[in-house]
Amino acid sequence: MSADDSYKGYRGEALAALKNFNALVWSDVEIHSTQGVFTGIILPRSETADPYHIVLKLRNGYNVGIAAAGISDIVIAGRKEAHYKIPEKEFPFDPKKPRVKLLGTGGTIASRLDYRTGAVIPAFSPGELYGSVPELADICNLETEKLYGVFSENMGPEQWRGTAEAIGREIAKGVQGIVIGHGTDTMHHTAAILSFMVQDSPVPIVMVGSQRSSDRPSSDAALNLMHSVKAAAESDLAEVMVCMFGPTSDEYGLLHRGTRVRKMHSSYRSTFRTIGDIPLAMVSRETITPLRPDYKPRRRDRNVTINTAFEEMVSIVYYYPNMRPDIIDSLIDNGYRGIIIAGTGLGHVNKPLYPALKRAQEKNIAVYMTVQTLWGYVQMYVYDTGRDMMELGVVPMANMLPEVAYVKLGWALGQTSDLEEVRRIMYTPIAGEITEREPCNGYLIFQGGIPEVEEFISRYHR
Amino acid sequence: MSMTPADPPSAVPDLQALLDFEFKPFAEMTDADYHRIGFRSGLEIHQQLLTDKKLFCRCPAGKYSDHYHAEVLRHMRPTLSELGEYDGTALMEFKTHKEIIYRINRNTVCTYEIDDTPPFELNEEALEIALGIAMLYQCSMVDEIHIARKQYLDGSIPTGFQRTTIVGVNGRIPFQDREVRIVQLGLEEDACREVSDVGHRRVYLTDRLGMPLIETVTGPDMHTPHEVAQVGEICRRLVRSTGWVRTGIGAARQDVNVSVTGGTRIEIKGVPRIPNIPLLTYHEAMRQWNLLRLRAELQRRGVTTAAFTTRTTEVTRILRKTRFQPVRTAIAEGQVVYGVNLVGFRDLLRWPTQTDTAFSREISDRVRVIACLTTLPNIVHSDSQSETLAAADWHEIKKATGAGDGDAVVVVWGPPTDAETGAREIVIRAREATVGIPSETRQALRDGTNGFERILPGPDRMYPDTDLPPKRIAADRLERIRRTLPAYYWTREAWCRTSGVPEDLVRPLAISPHWELFEKVVKEWGLPPALAAVALVQLPKRLRRKHLSTARLTSADFEGILAAHRSGRLAREGILPALVRAAETGQFMPEQLPPPLPADGVEAAVARGLARVRELDVPGPEQRFRTAMGLTMRELDGRAPGAGVARRISARLQEDTHER
Repeated sequence: MSADDSYKGYRGEALAALKNFNALVWSDVEIHSTQGVFTGIILPRSETADPYHIVLKLRNGYNVGIAAAGISDIVIAGRKEAHYKIPEKEFPFDPKKPRVKLLGTGGTIASRLDYRTGAVIPAFSPGELYGSVPELADICNLETEKLYGVFSENMGPEQWRGTAEAIGREIAKGVQGIVIGHGTDTMHHTAAILSFMVQDSPVPIVMVGSQRSSDRPSSDAALNLMHSVKAAAESDLAEVMVCMFGPTSDEYGLLHRGTRVRKMHSSYRSTFRTIGDIPLAMVSRETITPLRPDYKPRRRDRNVTINTAFEEMVSIVYYYPNMRPDIIDSLIDNGYRGIIIAGTGLGHVNKPLYPALKRAQEKNIAVYMTVQTLWGYVQMYVYDTGRDMMELGVVPMANMLPEVAYVKLGWALGQTSDLEEVRRIMYTPIAGEITEREPCNGYLIFQGGIPEVEEFISRYHR
Repeated sequence: MSMTPADPPSAVPDLQALLDFEFKPFAEMTDADYHRIGFRSGLEIHQQLLTDKKLFCRCPAGKYSDHYHAEVLRHMRPTLSELGEYDGTALMEFKTHKEIIYRINRNTVCTYEIDDTPPFELNEEALEIALGIAMLYQCSMVDEIHIARKQYLDGSIPTGFQRTTIVGVNGRIPFQDREVRIVQLGLEEDACREVSDVGHRRVYLTDRLGMPLIETVTGPDMHTPHEVAQVGEICRRLVRSTGWVRTGIGAARQDVNVSVTGGTRIEIKGVPRIPNIPLLTYHEAMRQWNLLRLRAELQRRGVTTAAFTTRTTEVTRILRKTRFQPVRTAIAEGQVVYGVNLVGFRDLLRWPTQTDTAFSREISDRVRVIACLTTLPNIVHSDSQSETLAAADWHEIKKATGAGDGDAVVVVWGPPTDAETGAREIVIRAREATVGIPSETRQALRDGTNGFERILPGPDRMYPDTDLPPKRIAADRLERIRRTLPAYYWTREAWCRTSGVPEDLVRPLAISPHWELFEKVVKEWGLPPALAAVALVQLPKRLRRKHLSTARLTSADFEGILAAHRSGRLAREGILPALVRAAETGQFMPEQLPPPLPADGVEAAVARGLARVRELDVPGPEQRFRTAMGLTMRELDGRAPGAGVARRISARLQEDTHER
């Protein structure tokens, strides 16, 4: 144990008190304080917690904090260090089962507790996964590779490229399916960019995460893992998909197309929804049920196109009433080459922005319009204001989701600076990011309280 | 259900000592008997707090309904504890593969309770109460509270854990001539109410989920079943006396820990009523004693843990044509049957454990809970004297399982995986008989006995809650709470007894939520203690008997009525009618009072009453007085004391007589 670890996480008054009595973390102690006598084991302290308290794990398993200022004595009886380890068991190999590769980027799909921060950190090896979700061995032969260990908000172009390249390598090696463990916050950004960077995959590429970390008994992690591994190993859907809970109940998952999926609730298990369309399939532990016929089927070859071009100087502007032109101007002045606007209604911004949009046009900056309603198409002909904007070079982006348009524009600008060519790329659907039609069941947001909806939710597990 | 401190190791009494003592019927057991077996017991008291909202979300607290609008289905998986170990209970619950259904009423449950939204900040009102009660128990107060997750894989909480925190440790309460230790006082969220548990499906109602409650854990300091109930009652009265807790069905529930010399600390969960405790603890002590005697008998037969042997064989084919209907039907439905030969166990399945309960029940319970074989009977055994399998069937089964004369065979049936789990559990439980008393939590049954609930969870299931940061409890906050602590109810009782409060009202008054009002009206207003006690305790009780509840009335409502009395607006007789009106409307309003009496009001009412008596020509003086009194008092409507009215009426009637 390094000197640093001896008082892990402690600082200030608390550290001084521990040093004074030579009480290292994991010491089994009796602390005498103005409040009374407390017996237990000194735990490391979260680095973000205050410098005034010492954390003690009592015999009953509870933790309490004791104010360092009131401590008169610490009697050390022994030492008990925790060995937190997910039981690691060798992942069994079955020659009859398909090969699936799990690429890890971070997130709480498999995790353990970090004492310093009090947060969960990922655990990942096939042995660890087998130790906590043994059911995976019934589905496939699993290999894993940790690409990154980042929270999903820290995923960016570098990680997107690295992941796309790793997928290319695995397909060349002949795996039958790929699962990508990912934090859920930006899973739909990554799903979208991978849909462009990895084209014509012969095998399923399934992104998965969890809304409740796997250190919780009611976590969705185990079931999401089973669903995603099953989809990767057995499904006929050779696309980039997101596999997460359908309802909040532990019943089935949904396979969403990577370019039409979005995280729609900050904490619900069933947070991912296909927007403006229906999902590709339902997946349970037993079966995969396609919901539509127009998916790209699995192939036996190992051919795939990897194109990891990306221009980072692209931004999304979420329009709000009274927005001033300086927002657009600052992007122009900072050298941005592409702007996605999430406009109101059919795709609008206010008049004061027009001069700034004109400047952008003159500076050869690609400006595309999407809708902040998320559902529906941009339609800039209905009102004069829309036509005015098109005159200023703003390109309507049909029903492409704002985040999808953002990554696609970065990808297009990474390939060419010719705005006509960029426009051609943007308008050519690659993975369902623009659809010709919105099916009549593509927009169904049930409104609670209405009798027929209440009847529905009383009948089916949500 | 937390751990009490490690008990000092108790010596296992020798074989002879065990065999010497046999349990007597409950009524015949003496303190000396309990002393002899080393009876020890402690309590874990769960008490809901009187707050407007739940502990970690803003749902209303205390609103119950069986009605629900939606259902959610979940499964639970074990996870590792902070110290890196799986908890025994967790693994057991996982073996059972239960499907958990939560019934949700949208008025009482939000997305927090079903674990789709992280916790909101701890309810400060609840924390304040917990801190205050911990101080009343003279606990060492925690400077910084840490929210923990206590795992429950039975599904009773959708997260799979209960959010809980310790606010104080090492407290005490006076009991007889000694003290009972208070090991810890915790603040935690309540769990679901179970609706049903059949096969692999368990159903819960979620309305109670998330309600704030405190858990008070006593030391194992009670030496007889009656002491346990007495201490339970002291704790109940102590928290009730604060007025900060909920009352009524389910608002307070006890877990009782029992052990005997050489036994194991066993927890009986969810005892709703304190008077049930003595018989329950008696039976648990008896069960442990008898299991120790069973072990001694097994040792006498040479069946030690090392020598323990069993043989399990599938006997479906043998029993296809049995006349024993449960097994025959099961086989017809495609289920399978196992025979488990417990070598050397002959007649021991009939070994008594509790009143009218034998060792076979210990096995049947395990099979029911862990293998989910919930339709009874779920096992039959060769020691049974009732008609189950035919002698010919037993003969074949014994042959198949290699059972000899000294052995016992247990038969279990069910769907293939469940029957297999069942057979394994039979072996596990029988082996445990050679070791002693397995650590379990047990459920209280209506007849005063108890049944297996689950393996006793240990500290391994505690996990820090990473969703909420530790919370500092500042010294000045503790000081402020300490200054406002109510007096102990026994101090109040002593004061009442010296101040003329009628004896039958002393106990209820001392824990009444209106105690503070009582003190105010007696000490500040100078009302007679007896009158105030009657108004605050006895009259509400009288109304309850007439199915009129004063539960919704606050101290302020009572104060309004007593103030009307103090100002002379109401006589003593007017308090009850005023209470009735307030109870009917749910609150006291000044408009409910009769209009003020004019200066000559009493005189005028008396005159009218007597005039009416004359009109009616009531015969006899006694009758005349009563009629006049009734009429006058009705008119006065509680605005004048009866004694004065009676004096006037008597005087006037006397005058009348003289005039005649």
